[in-house]
Amino acid sequence: MPTTTRTVEIALGTSGLDAEGKPTRTPLTVGASGAVTPAAPAVESGPDLAGEHMLINIGPQHPATHGVLRLVLELDGEMVVRCIPHIGYLHCGFEKIGEYRQYNQIIPWTDREDYLNAIGNNCAFALGAERLFGIDITPRCTVLRVMAMELSRIASHLVWLGTTCIDIGAFTPFLWSFQERERVYDLLEQWVGARMTTSATRVGGMAADIPDGWTDKLRDFVRTFPKTIDEVDRMLTRNGIWVGRTVGLGAMSADDAVNYGLSGSLLRASGVAYDVRKDFPYLDYETYDFDVPVGVHGDVYDRYLVRVEELRQSTRILAQALERLPDGPVNVDDHRVVLPPKTKAMSDMESMIHHFKQVMEGARPPIGESYVAVESPRGEKGYYMVSDGTAKPVRWRIRPPSMINLSAIPKMTEGYLLSDLIAINASIDIVMGEIDR
Amino acid sequence: MSVALLPGSAAPDYAPVTPRQLPYMNGTPNPSAAALRERFPDAVTRVDVIWGETSVYVDGPRLLEVVRWLHDDRTQRYDYLADITAVEFRDPERPIEAIWHLRSLPFRRFLRLKVELDKRAPLSVESVWPVYKSADWMERECYDMFGITFRGHPDLRRILLWEQYKEGFPLRKDFPLRGRFSRSEQLKQALAAAPESRYSLEELDIAQAFEDLPDDMRRRLAAGEKTGE
Repeated sequence: MPTTTRTVEIALGTSGLDAEGKPTRTPLTVGASGAVTPAAPAVESGPDLAGEHMLINIGPQHPATHGVLRLVLELDGEMVVRCIPHIGYLHCGFEKIGEYRQYNQIIPWTDREDYLNAIGNNCAFALGAERLFGIDITPRCTVLRVMAMELSRIASHLVWLGTTCIDIGAFTPFLWSFQERERVYDLLEQWVGARMTTSATRVGGMAADIPDGWTDKLRDFVRTFPKTIDEVDRMLTRNGIWVGRTVGLGAMSADDAVNYGLSGSLLRASGVAYDVRKDFPYLDYETYDFDVPVGVHGDVYDRYLVRVEELRQSTRILAQALERLPDGPVNVDDHRVVLPPKTKAMSDMESMIHHFKQVMEGARPPIGESYVAVESPRGEKGYYMVSDGTAKPVRWRIRPPSMINLSAIPKMTEGYLLSDLIAINASIDIVMGEIDR
Repeated sequence: MSVALLPGSAAPDYAPVTPRQLPYMNGTPNPSAAALRERFPDAVTRVDVIWGETSVYVDGPRLLEVVRWLHDDRTQRYDYLADITAVEFRDPERPIEAIWHLRSLPFRRFLRLKVELDKRAPLSVESVWPVYKSADWMERECYDMFGITFRGHPDLRRILLWEQYKEGFPLRKDFPLRGRFSRSEQLKQALAAAPESRYSLEELDIAQAFEDLPDDMRRRLAAGEKTGE
């Protein structure tokens, strides 16, 4: 646990208004343990129960575990001594099924593993498969995928924000964030026809180009969405209850965070500026102007700050993508991989052959392997594919960021209170579909 | 406010770009491959570059030594273990490959290590848990799916499947897509498993339920066994 203390200005609703009509702020020092000073130290009273450890089972059917996660806890009073996570209740064998499917047929499975980031996974899988096929996608497709991935990051972070607020006891931000998430899903629905299970990409392109007028709706979203972020920011960042429930909890040092394999917002909250978009760029992310927010303490509060800032940065990226969206084809002009248009397949001999070969046999990549990682809302999401020259992969591996983040939960929670464990677990942003696969 | 906005990442001297027009083979290998060849001439058996990604084949017994050097050496600094997995090929003669994806965050490098495991011998390889704590669950998953034993792992047991799972290792090629048992048998076993109402011996020990256990479980626990129903 970090021993640093910091001063956070906390606005309390009862302290009155200043000359400008704003609530006066009372500076309070917040200790590393989350205790707000000045406060009387907790006095131990009652019979000494030391040594009487209790076994508590949380889950798998518990709303605060965000899915079918089961935690077995050893408690000393209210303090967590040991935390033993159990996963696998949602295991469906996606990787095994992938070995029996052609590459385009795997894309619907990528929707269903990390279901909060479905369209982002579609893009990530397509990128991995395209490296395996040796294809470079068109400029328009690149920008469309950037839009898809950033929209999906916004939707996923909003779910995280809403559910974490509910865990910690704030209900209003949940409503605000789900209202905005609904707008993102409306945009996706207009684009690909589905809200959650999008299956939007194909190897070499997208299933559909954006409809007419869609960019105007996205521009409208980009213009109005920052207001909601500001509202949430005003409501939570200096809120006494929020600060008291999050500061100092589950802190990981930078060295520990790297060694435990954390990625995404958790790693950046610990002060490591590792973002796949910057360090191992894909989809021309190096040409977009955006910042990587980095925390200092690595606690739940810093993770919150980092994610809220990422919402703003994603909006920035979306605005730039809108500016540069080029005209042109979405799919690559290679009918060994991308289906020819149906009208051509009916009239042109060669197109019909390509159509037939692709539907009946599937596109065949050369022998080889590829590992493509993207920055998903939860961290470094990697797809590793091995081909032996047939139409179906020998191995399809998902690198699940939230599983590896979750594996550090014993380290993060030991020594904290049971109620803090709920906040720490929420801050990891787990999606059990991805963890169990 | 404790969030600092850094323009870009920590290492400013080199600006990575999106890879394009990657060569199928004969790409530029990661400089660490040459360094590994120089440092461990007898442990590195092969270096492949496919689609710009470097794979180094390492002699199994030397793996931990190689990984530790990659992690500790100041010119390499592979401080981040991205993934551990394995591949079994459709050709039954071909050995299983255990795979480690390593990243060097300071130098922005990506390296794939491979160890070939002969299927006729017990599948076993050194655990990298002493170097990377993140290996814990990844190695457990690899054991769960492929049956590869990681020597030196602190707690190697099934992770995604339940501990009494009897059908074998699902990602092996001899494992049928629908499992080995009939649907009715699978359903019966799954209902009987009720994993959420079971506690491992280690957990029962926390609850001080030791005295209430049946004799054979008490014996197994006394013998130091951590898992089991």
